[in-house]
Amino acid sequence: MTADGAPTNDGQRFARLPETPADREVEGRASRREVLDWWAERFGVDPSVFEGYSFWEKGAGKVWIFNGEATDPSEVEAIGMTLLRTRQEHWKPTSRAATRFGGHATKNAIELGSEQAVSFMAGDDQDLPEWDGDWGYLIATHEIAGGQEPIGVGLYLYDELRSVVPKGSRADLPVVE
Amino acid sequence: MNPLERYEPLVDDAAAFRAACDRPLPSVVRVNEMAASPARVREAFDEEGVAYEPVAWHDGLFRLPDGNPGGNWPYVHGWTHGQEEVSVLPGLALDPQPGERVWDACAAPGSKTTQIADAMDDEGTVVANDNNLGRLSALRHNAERLGITNAIVTNQDARNFSTKPLAFDEFDRALVDAPCSCEGTCRKNPDVVDQWTLDHVHAVAGIQKGVLARAVQATRPGGTVVYSTCTFAPEENEAVLDHVLANEDCELVEFDLPLDTVPGVTEWEDETYDESVTRAHRVYPHHNDTGGFFCAKLRVGGEGDESASDGEVAA
Repeated sequence: MTADGAPTNDGQRFARLPETPADREVEGRASRREVLDWWAERFGVDPSVFEGYSFWEKGAGKVWIFNGEATDPSEVEAIGMTLLRTRQEHWKPTSRAATRFGGHATKNAIELGSEQAVSFMAGDDQDLPEWDGDWGYLIATHEIAGGQEPIGVGLYLYDELRSVVPKGSRADLPVVE
Repeated sequence: MNPLERYEPLVDDAAAFRAACDRPLPSVVRVNEMAASPARVREAFDEEGVAYEPVAWHDGLFRLPDGNPGGNWPYVHGWTHGQEEVSVLPGLALDPQPGERVWDACAAPGSKTTQIADAMDDEGTVVANDNNLGRLSALRHNAERLGITNAIVTNQDARNFSTKPLAFDEFDRALVDAPCSCEGTCRKNPDVVDQWTLDHVHAVAGIQKGVLARAVQATRPGGTVVYSTCTFAPEENEAVLDHVLANEDCELVEFDLPLDTVPGVTEWEDETYDESVTRAHRVYPHHNDTGGFFCAKLRVGGEGDESASDGEVAA
């Protein structure tokens, strides 16, 4: 609780996101509608993609997506998977969310060539002046087995694509022509 | 003493058994069909020049003769997961369905949890529990890597697992892939044979009985519980089943596995076990060139549908 008695975020506990900003009781907590709007606005992901999933916050601004049954609040180690970082100026999708849901993106997804994809997974930053879309977080994709497949999240700034693949997920992969 | 010697009276061909135990196992990956079909994984392996061999009894498994199951694009995309062939069996026996409530009592590091979620098409709820907090991070990493959104991860002692943090108080199915003395994994990890002690067998058998009993209690009448280990020790297999049959409302059911197996044993040293333990399956390394394994399927008693009735396990 804050000094004025308002509830605060307990970083150890899952709490369901409020439906709309008007339903918000915990300061700074994203609402479900804001999350859907953000995916739609940033990546063109239709909100229907997330129908049936519930959204939860545990940790400071870490939003989780869950497709099962849960009570509220729920003291467990994890529910579903991490989706998004909020409570910062620019919201950031997790790399796993990018691979799981990034296939629905219709904008701010950047198609990488074979060598670029390998470099991205190795965690390297690379010059990409040819990108003429938005700056900020992008979903990186590459061609594999007959389709474009999301790889993870990159941060595009000043003609450069920075790989933000977490250290534990980086990989040294062969270039596939 | 090499503990494998004690099981020679149980096997049909002791020399072949010991020879198989001494051979290393190939790397095997399971396709995460939520993310890609086996055909698409094959296509990606072909593009990338990754050597692979099919596994005759399951089209979602590939042997990778060059090893390194994590060093390729299908792995990075969460299309595949390194998992030994026999380790796929309990998930097949459990046969979870989309929309169900399933408990994986000893879940870390999550190979079987992720297989269960895949079989459920990521719909319903899988509760993945483990008492070891450290191993839960591996479980969570694997679940996220494979894009699973229907799992709840809990950190409890499975023997007195509480459903209080859940939205429901009983499961349709439960898997007890119990901690065990693991001689069946000697082809991957020869150290298990050196570290084996009979004291450990007896200690772990007590834990196994507790976890399996709780799984039966936490599963609805008519529901399914699968018990599996990677040990050959009857103390940890048939004796555990015998104990739970005597103390909980459940029965062992017949089921088929898509591999050559032999029935559970009803006598071991000075003990005899309930005749129905012959419905369990023993998997020996020399029969299918796999690791060793034990798998049993139980129907929880009381009024309920016959979801655990006899039936072919689909590969």
